[in-house]
Amino acid sequence: MQLDVSVRKKQGAFQFAAEFSLTGRRIGLFGPSGSGKSTLMHLMAGLLKPDSGHIRLDDTVLFDSAAGINLPPEKRRIGVVFQHAHLFPHMSVRRNLLYGWRRTPEADRHIQPEAIIEVLNLAHLLDRGVNLLSGGERQRIALARTVLTCPRLILMDEPLTGLDEELKFHIIPYLNKVFARFDIPLLFISHSLLEMRLMTEQVLVVGEGKVEKEMATEELAQSAWAAPRQGYVNLLRLGRPQPQGDLWAYPWGEVRLVLTDESDSDENIVELDSREILLFKRHPEATSARNMLPCTVGKIFTVGNRVRVELQCGSQQLIVQIVPESMRELELAAGNEVVAVIKASAFRRLL
Amino acid sequence: MSFLQPSDLDAILLSFKVACTATLLATPLGIGVAYLLVYSRIPGKSILEGIVNLPLVLPPVVIGYLLLVLFGRRGWIGAWLIRFDIQIIFTLTGAIIASAVVGFPLLVRSIRLGMESVDTSSQKAARTLGAGAWDAFFTITLPLSGRAVLAGMTLMFARSLGEFGATIILAGNIPGVTQTIPLAIYEYTSSPGGDRMALSLCLVSILLSFAVLLASGAASKSLDRK
Repeated sequence: MQLDVSVRKKQGAFQFAAEFSLTGRRIGLFGPSGSGKSTLMHLMAGLLKPDSGHIRLDDTVLFDSAAGINLPPEKRRIGVVFQHAHLFPHMSVRRNLLYGWRRTPEADRHIQPEAIIEVLNLAHLLDRGVNLLSGGERQRIALARTVLTCPRLILMDEPLTGLDEELKFHIIPYLNKVFARFDIPLLFISHSLLEMRLMTEQVLVVGEGKVEKEMATEELAQSAWAAPRQGYVNLLRLGRPQPQGDLWAYPWGEVRLVLTDESDSDENIVELDSREILLFKRHPEATSARNMLPCTVGKIFTVGNRVRVELQCGSQQLIVQIVPESMRELELAAGNEVVAVIKASAFRRLL
Repeated sequence: MSFLQPSDLDAILLSFKVACTATLLATPLGIGVAYLLVYSRIPGKSILEGIVNLPLVLPPVVIGYLLLVLFGRRGWIGAWLIRFDIQIIFTLTGAIIASAVVGFPLLVRSIRLGMESVDTSSQKAARTLGAGAWDAFFTITLPLSGRAVLAGMTLMFARSLGEFGATIILAGNIPGVTQTIPLAIYEYTSSPGGDRMALSLCLVSILLSFAVLLASGAASKSLDRK
């Protein structure tokens, strides 16, 4: 997807301006609330008219003030999943799902209702009303309803905000499955860095009414470590675990990580705070920690009293945060061999 | 002597005809006006609102007189209609017009409140799902204000059943043609020995109004269940 945006919009005292051009399939719109993320979403969907500028999606001009073009929302073929789902309360789940599909020209209908109902596991809900559904079910239906319009792009506006942690991590795999299977470009709006890292590859950082910069999601995550009190969180992708005594051993690249958490999935994502990793110069004889990984030291950065060390464990990378004294005692330098020691309980399984 | 006179039955039937026709004719118009008041950005919206609400605060007799001026043989509309041989005053049509004008503000007010309470995000969602503005109005906004439309229709129907002042001026009090229940009661009370018969019609009036309320309650419940 190629997106080309240059717009200005004044709403009362709030000024919004955005100018960017990007190519990608999983894009995040990241910024605090009130920064203008939702305004940009409304401008792109055609729910709000820019004062001036242009918006182009692939080879279609959606808005161009100079040429007098302003496609109405129903002609843009941009799907929107709102924060509060906004299901139609007077319709059953089935009618909600088919609302957009029935209005999609037959030539564009390349996604069939049965397929999305299966992927999002909605078959048992079809004949129900929408007023007694759980928050997670509502979001799944809202997404399915949007996917069925076979849009060129889906905008998701803080779809996970307001759901509790457990539900959030229950839904993310569904989202990933949908976007992988139906191959629809995604613009994901959120103020949560973790959600960004789980859902997107690139991010536009929005602040104070403008798009400030564009970067890879991982780059954004790494830049966040320098803020006081915030550490970098490693997100590790692990394979299917095997039981090992009372614990579980998960394949991670060439090595195995021992965790207390169980899983029966082939793909797992766990988080590991960079401050929870201990570094040893030599392999310790015995420790209470269950993971001792020989690593090679990569780049080292120091900001104030925090040192960020990149470690290479075979093909995998791990980021560790320590204090300057430790760095001096360990005589850390790029290319050194160290042992990273991690407790089995330090990992938190997300997906 | 029986409980009701044959002419009473005429009056009851006539009241029903007038109230039903006035309500059914006014409803689409009421929806249109409510839509304009809630969603449009037309200039002079407050003037439109004032005109619609005027019958609510004016004495019905004044409305009747204004309608007479408008629809009389020499009135703006009346003089034009006479060319097509259509007469409004002293006819059933006149009674219907009088009822419709007097009940209209109640109808619009109720529908308007209903439309205002419909979350605009549902309409936005519909638009992004491929529905045009009209499509979204008829499939989302209108059904979601269904209860309010029904409540407005009930109010208007009840108001029409009781309409007196405007009707007697525009349509007169002709038994079998324009004499509705209130007009019949008026005639009984102004003739000697008519008290008992007036009371019978009052009872009918109470029963009718009660039936309307019950029916509207049931209809509103069935809308809820959907």
